Amino acid sequence: MSDSRQTPAVLSAVIEGIGYWSRGLPSWDAARAYALGGAELADAPSRPSPLLLAANERRRAPETVAVALDVALAACQAAGRDPAALPSVFASSHGDMAITDYMCATLASEPRTISPTRFHNSVHNAAAGYWTIGAGAMRPATALSALDASFAQGLIEALAQLAAGDDAVLLVGYDGAATGPLAQVAASRGLLGAALVLARPDRRGAAAGPLLRARFGEGEAGIGDGKLSARETGNASAAMLPLFDALATRHDRLALPAGAGRILQVELAHD
Amino acid sequence: MPPLAIRAYTATTALGRGLDAQARALRERRSGLRRNDFAPLAPGEAPLDCWIGRVEGVEEAPLPAHLAAWECRNNRLAWLSLQPDGLPEAIAAAVARHGAERVAVIVGTSTSSIGATEEAYARLEGEDRQFPADLSRPLLHTPHSLGAFVAAATGLSGPCVTVATACSSSAKVFAQAARLIHAGLADAALVGGVDTLCGSVLFGFNSLQLVSSAPCLPFDAHRVGLSLGEAGGFAVLERCDADEAPGSLQLRGYGESSDAHHMSSPHPEGLGARLAMIDALARAGIGAERVGYLNLHGTATPANDQIEAFAVASLFPPTLHASSTKGWTGHTLGAAGIVESAIALLALQHGHLPGILNSRVPDPANGPQIRFDNADATIDYAMNNSFGFGGNNCSLVFARA
Repeated sequence: MSDSRQTPAVLSAVIEGIGYWSRGLPSWDAARAYALGGAELADAPSRPSPLLLAANERRRAPETVAVALDVALAACQAAGRDPAALPSVFASSHGDMAITDYMCATLASEPRTISPTRFHNSVHNAAAGYWTIGAGAMRPATALSALDASFAQGLIEALAQLAAGDDAVLLVGYDGAATGPLAQVAASRGLLGAALVLARPDRRGAAAGPLLRARFGEGEAGIGDGKLSARETGNASAAMLPLFDALATRHDRLALPAGAGRILQVELAHD
Repeated sequence: MPPLAIRAYTATTALGRGLDAQARALRERRSGLRRNDFAPLAPGEAPLDCWIGRVEGVEEAPLPAHLAAWECRNNRLAWLSLQPDGLPEAIAAAVARHGAERVAVIVGTSTSSIGATEEAYARLEGEDRQFPADLSRPLLHTPHSLGAFVAAATGLSGPCVTVATACSSSAKVFAQAARLIHAGLADAALVGGVDTLCGSVLFGFNSLQLVSSAPCLPFDAHRVGLSLGEAGGFAVLERCDADEAPGSLQLRGYGESSDAHHMSSPHPEGLGARLAMIDALARAGIGAERVGYLNLHGTATPANDQIEAFAVASLFPPTLHASSTKGWTGHTLGAAGIVESAIALLALQHGHLPGILNSRVPDPANGPQIRFDNADATIDYAMNNSFGFGGNNCSLVFARA
């Protein structure tokens, strides 16, 4: 047998659009201003209100679904891309822990009273499902989990989709707060979502944006020292924030945890 | 797409451990379903009145000592499922050839080890409701419990991720692995999926009134719902060599789509299902008439089977042999993709095409493709459909080199 070992691949994409939401920083503009030394918004809403959902669903949707859909739509709008035309990758460490807490507490007491809506909202691809329904997107959607490597693994899958031929792909990272006894073993605080529309450099759309290049490396990513990373410490998706700090402050090198002592080395060429 | 070699594959279900157990029960038309004996955690609650596909002996199969920190029903089933059919040898060969860091771990699950979280909630201690010490293990209480465990159990250190798109999860792992290898981020991948019976799925599907009190009847006019099961399965995928042995098994195509319709009901015209199948056939570069066997999603819910029969009839000639094997295994949820891919691969390898178990009266909506009886035929291509909540669809095409 021949040795097919290859040099590690470098993948690239143009970042056409960015979405961001956390309490006090309810948009990418607000997050970028904060990362550059500004203040958070005093009168920001405590919950995202994703316009893609019908009004009654907007109120009822789990927080993690609401934040994921909010940032996904914002990224598509910034990119000038039709949400229905994009395949999507949703990355979350824990999914919606308020629902996990509800399911486990109800099963321990009155299992026959489980709410059918909360059950179908308990799937890890709930945000992906609501996104495709709201956007009318029949393109592929996936939902991934890899602890603090969730966003890096999602980015790898998104870049691999571009390498496989897609023009552009939507990537969303999000996590919410741990609720009830679950918080003892699955720590996560706050509500955080961020999204990117990534396009093949040779087929970029109308929107200009930085060029991202990524490759695997060995080592530890460390804790991000940017202002967004520092602000959201404690959210299970905070590991994605070094990328968003770098996008805001026009830094050009960063590392994301990629699991098992490996990192994803990311380079940004800002325009 | 460039074909991917399947160096080994395996499945463990209510039919037993490994491929021989699956093949034998399929040929003998012997179901693995039993009356539900999976005790609820809530005090005083009777088990739901239904049938389940429970894997025998999980309770008596603790993890090896060096993996004891991962102990839970789902990881036990993962470990059991990793052993048969030469899988450890195929993993070792991939590591020897490429290095452990060039072999990815991409596994699918619906509920991962949430059974352990459910158990902790049933045994909370004290006024402040503390997790019991034996379950205070953060790695269990997150969807990535499965992927992280499989990496720890195999020593593989390539990209490791858990795909959780409900019942399409462990079909989508094949697509993701194909892209990862194509992009040069890995040279081989261990793909698969594991899901275990737990309160969340039994009482959850029951709340949606989708669980049958009798063994499920896929594509039967009198079907009323599904039977739940548990299972694990894996496959080792690798970039093809220039000189693949004739007859060796390959992944030739994948297709994915979204219904964009409803969280728990399929698109009424099966549009998403059609898109996934069309995409998979296109990526394989074949016409629908080349497919010899199609393992259907076929959950035996009234809605799924109706739209799937419709979608199949609109795409395939009457000569296709299509069947649901959920009467044997139950609906194994996030493991259905790998289990039913293994069944499609067995059909491709041995020419025994399973029919549908228990069903008697064909639904008037069934096309001629839906077959209740087993058949023997040499086929060139086999396909598998897996559809999940959120309208998440995946189809796979397999062939021999």
